[in-house]
Amino acid sequence: MEKFTSLNALVAPLDRANVDTDQVIPKQFLKSIKRTGFGPNLFDEWRYMDEGKPGEDCTHRPLNPDFILNNERYQGVEILLARQNFGCGSSREHAPWALLDYGFRCVIAPSYADIFFNNCFKNGILPVILNEKVVNQLFEETFATEGYTLDVDLASQTVKTLSGESFSFDVDEFRKHCLLNGLDDIGLTLDDADLIRSYEAKRKEKSPWLFDVIK
Amino acid sequence: MKPRTLYDKLWDDHVVKQREDGTALIYIDRQLLHEVTSPQAFEGLELAGRKPWRLDATLATPDHNVPTENQEDGVAGITDPVSRIQIETLDANCDKFGIVEFKMGDLRQGIVHVIGPEQGVTLPGTTVVCGDSHTATHGAFATLAHGIGTSEVEHVLATQCLIQRKMKNMRVEVNGEIPFGVTAKDIILAIIGKIGTAGGTGYAIEFAGSAIESLSMEGRMTVCNMAIEGGARSGLVAFDNTTLEYLKNRPYGPKEDQWEQAVSQWRELKTDEGAFFDNIVKLNAADIKPQVTWGTSPEMVVAVDAMIPSPEDETDPVKREGMERAYHYMDYKKGLAITDIKLDRVFIGSCTNSRIEDLRAAAEVAKGNQVASSIKQAMVVPGSGLVKKQAEKEGLDKVFLAAGFQWREPGCSMCLAMNADKLGDGEHCASTSNRNFEGRQGQGGRTHLVSPAMAAAAAIAGHFVDVRDFVRKQSA
Repeated sequence: MEKFTSLNALVAPLDRANVDTDQVIPKQFLKSIKRTGFGPNLFDEWRYMDEGKPGEDCTHRPLNPDFILNNERYQGVEILLARQNFGCGSSREHAPWALLDYGFRCVIAPSYADIFFNNCFKNGILPVILNEKVVNQLFEETFATEGYTLDVDLASQTVKTLSGESFSFDVDEFRKHCLLNGLDDIGLTLDDADLIRSYEAKRKEKSPWLFDVIK
Repeated sequence: MKPRTLYDKLWDDHVVKQREDGTALIYIDRQLLHEVTSPQAFEGLELAGRKPWRLDATLATPDHNVPTENQEDGVAGITDPVSRIQIETLDANCDKFGIVEFKMGDLRQGIVHVIGPEQGVTLPGTTVVCGDSHTATHGAFATLAHGIGTSEVEHVLATQCLIQRKMKNMRVEVNGEIPFGVTAKDIILAIIGKIGTAGGTGYAIEFAGSAIESLSMEGRMTVCNMAIEGGARSGLVAFDNTTLEYLKNRPYGPKEDQWEQAVSQWRELKTDEGAFFDNIVKLNAADIKPQVTWGTSPEMVVAVDAMIPSPEDETDPVKREGMERAYHYMDYKKGLAITDIKLDRVFIGSCTNSRIEDLRAAAEVAKGNQVASSIKQAMVVPGSGLVKKQAEKEGLDKVFLAAGFQWREPGCSMCLAMNADKLGDGEHCASTSNRNFEGRQGQGGRTHLVSPAMAAAAAIAGHFVDVRDFVRKQSA
């Protein structure tokens, strides 16, 4: 996983609540057996005027001019500004894979669905939670200012605006540690292999029917 | 000892290591795998040179991509090459790593959330995960079950554990006798209508109260299945005699000599008197009518006898905007009643409503009737090969076929349209599935979530009807 330390980047505002992962990456693209290559199909149904097919070259597909990411001023964007309950619905990790493949490294929203939120951390994407009022302000500023950028710093847990205003956000220590260092959390868990084994031994003694049955 | 909720007990029982930052290493008893969210996990495992921690905790089956016709041809019969590769990849990974898989053509194959309980892989007091948000289903067995992403699938394969933070406790209590014509599906839709799609975010929801207790295991699974549509990763129902009866003689359940010991442990799986809930929501079963979603989020739901709500009447600006988008997407005119919605297709199936009880309920309505000529397709997709077999034993297939329904083979099918079963642009569908998001059942498709009985009645009428009136008229 690529580490996330800090980011000073262009912001794109996706102004709708309850964006579900079926919208982030529609079902037909989940047939891929890879983790990469989902970027061209991010928000496929909103982004293009035609129906997307897996494996298709998207460069000649008709774009929806009203969709925010098709706007010239948001090209090269790395921060997605979103509304409440972002990433609800399906657990598909293809959603953060598609965001990452498109170029997003950070999402800012007032709230997220649990599974999506969790999936972001596993892929080097920082999902920042800021309160509704601040997010509203950031939406207004992004709409008003072409080339609007934000400065996101994970170590200090702050988001800084162009005018120097600073907002702090919370993040679990462990997740922060993994993101800052680009750590594989499987490796970290395996450091506790002895603990897992001893738990397992007790469990087997207490509830033996849970072992050696599925074979 | 401090009184604990069912969720507290399940959590405490699975903590391998508590970390200072509030996260914990949690042991996972069972993982279910399917073809869509596992290939990258196996790839990651291989790239890191790791092996599965345990093989006897995992069961795999293809379900999302499988065609619902001509399954006897197996993987080779799948015409979509991309779908075929994904299923072949699952087969190859399971063979390579030694994981038990019910492949296409196996009578036991089906939707993961149907076969887990059916096989006794899902057991009370366990943790169950799957790379699928509807894993919440298994909570009906007093099981801590939730959906995970693919990185976590890999994590569980490699370590049999997950890093989690404990959720908050929420209790949704539904009391009273469930009225005639109202089902588990209507109950959960009414709950989501009340709490909203994010109402359960951050919580494990325990469903309780006399109405929930009166539900069969199939009904409880339907309720827990859609906990995620209310934002909660996990839904739970306490263990009782209904659970016990369902679990007897399941292939992977405790054997005779372990049965009594298992049951005595399972009896503890209920919330203690006086345990603390962060949030309690109450509904009266008597107030619940058959439900129909009208919009593009499961919270956009009303009773079948209602008008489609008007965005102008909504005071919350965020909700109003969502409603306006839904209105536009569904292409409604002002002043329509739910029963005015004309339908193009009907889908009876999915991990929410494809179990034997669901098929019986739909067949009872369909019996002796004909699907309306205006309906392009009405399909019934059983949840597993065993459900299909049971339904055929009861003659339900003949009832459906005589009424003009298609009788298909098991899989996720039109719930998410990864196979050939999908809606066309602008088509309205009465669906027993779980999500009515834009494009979920096919690009431009318009989904209405309902119970199996409501879907069958709608197929016959060509538009939504109140199944209570429908059945009363039939028996008159």
